Amino acid sequence: MTTNAIEVKNLVTHYGETQVLNNVSLDIKTGEIMVIMGGSGSGKSTFLNHLLGLLYPTSGAISILGQDINDITPMEFQFLRRKIGVAFQGGALLSSLTVGENIMLPLKEHTKLDRMTIEIMARLKMEVVELSGFENLMPSELSGGMIKRAALARAIVMDPKILFCDEPSAGLDPVVASNIDDLILKLKEALGMTVVVVTHELESAFKIADRICVLDKGNVLFVGTVEEIKKSNNKRIQNLLNRRSEKEELDPDEYIKRLTASE
Amino acid sequence: MELNKLISFIEQTGRFTTKGVAEIGFGASLMWKSIYWIFMGKKREQTVRSSSVFAQMMEMGVCAVPIITVMNATIGIMMALQGIYSLKMFGAESQVVIGVAFSVVREFAPLITAILVAGRSGSALAAKLGTMTINQEIDALNVMGINPVRYLVAPSFIALLIMLPILTFWADVVGLLAAGLYICVELGFTMNVYVDQVFEVLSVDDLMHGLGKSVLFAVLIVLIGVVNGASVTGGAEGVGRMTTRSVVHGISAIVIADMIFVFMLTR
Repeated sequence: MTTNAIEVKNLVTHYGETQVLNNVSLDIKTGEIMVIMGGSGSGKSTFLNHLLGLLYPTSGAISILGQDINDITPMEFQFLRRKIGVAFQGGALLSSLTVGENIMLPLKEHTKLDRMTIEIMARLKMEVVELSGFENLMPSELSGGMIKRAALARAIVMDPKILFCDEPSAGLDPVVASNIDDLILKLKEALGMTVVVVTHELESAFKIADRICVLDKGNVLFVGTVEEIKKSNNKRIQNLLNRRSEKEELDPDEYIKRLTASE
Repeated sequence: MELNKLISFIEQTGRFTTKGVAEIGFGASLMWKSIYWIFMGKKREQTVRSSSVFAQMMEMGVCAVPIITVMNATIGIMMALQGIYSLKMFGAESQVVIGVAFSVVREFAPLITAILVAGRSGSALAAKLGTMTINQEIDALNVMGINPVRYLVAPSFIALLIMLPILTFWADVVGLLAAGLYICVELGFTMNVYVDQVFEVLSVDDLMHGLGKSVLFAVLIVLIGVVNGASVTGGAEGVGRMTTRSVVHGISAIVIADMIFVFMLTR
């Protein structure tokens, strides 16, 4: 058995002509909470989309639970995806289904369990995320925090081995955000999941992370524990931690060129 | 400067053409994938659910019955009015049944029905898929291991392939009946005489001509709706733009395909 749930080797990706990720390598151990951080445009969302197999890389390999996701048959990938849960930033609940139906959807599509069992399993997960009693509401009737919790419930309904969360606490008030952090910790403790969280919320990252990976302009700037990152004396990391704004060094010629938009 | 303009014109034309070809290719691949999932779904452990097919049949077909009834009845009466008016010039009003029977069954019922369904369901499909794309719902389906084509497109395909011919047949009946009511009153026929005449004039081929077209229209409506919906970018405004586009393209495609179909089969 491998001790790494996810292994990324030399991942290079482009968006059109622009290179987004530049030779990213990262190992995520089984059972840890890895937080991927970085400012806007650092490539962290792109990185997540590649881990989920939604984008195809220019070069490099991503292996999840020991399988190279760009080199397996669609059928194998389909089975692999049943072992992965994803909570998207905006929830991405299907708006035509009720909250309960959304949470039951993976079970309905991938298992042959009877309706009664599926309902019970869905309610169990709704208890975990403290959403019980809301199963008959439509996603549009929920608040932001409830949507994120419902998305988490749907992500864990198949008891996945790996859970991905995209900005789980973004745009929520501090109390609700803290609840969601607790929930992620609880999931890791209780169900032994490997959790990958993409966020730019420092507080939340420090609270839940076993290890943190900082992406910057498509490069891995740092990988290490919370203690290690706090001690780091890399200027860009310190800027990120202390919320300092950065001034790019100005090249006068470059600046004039940009203003006049000349070639 | 002139040369630059020419180059930019050629460039624009090229871009426009490649975009169009890409879109047609996307449509063709969607159709192929839908057929794949319909027949291979069970083997891939992702069957196309009959419950979603029935839901779509209800939404796209049964719910369209009232508007299709009203519109086709109106068209039938209009055909009778115009027919009698123009045939009066030759004193041949009684021949109106021939004109009405042919034009309703071969042309107007399939065309009007398809246009109404394109407006109702083609746009709804585009809006639904567009909203799902921008809300990451399509990504969510993908990562759950649920193929979006199998889950969303294939059921619509099956539903409309079944419902549009049925709606067209209903439109035939309603159109002919409404025309008959007017003709009977105007020319003093009895309904029996009218019905006899209609059956005498029409052959099974005429009926199949219309129903065959409706199958083709069903494919066009679903593909154009889905292609436009899946190509949405730029938020809610993008959804609106692509929904409008799906209706305009859908109706244009239906009319042009109709002409080609008739051209191929009547010459």
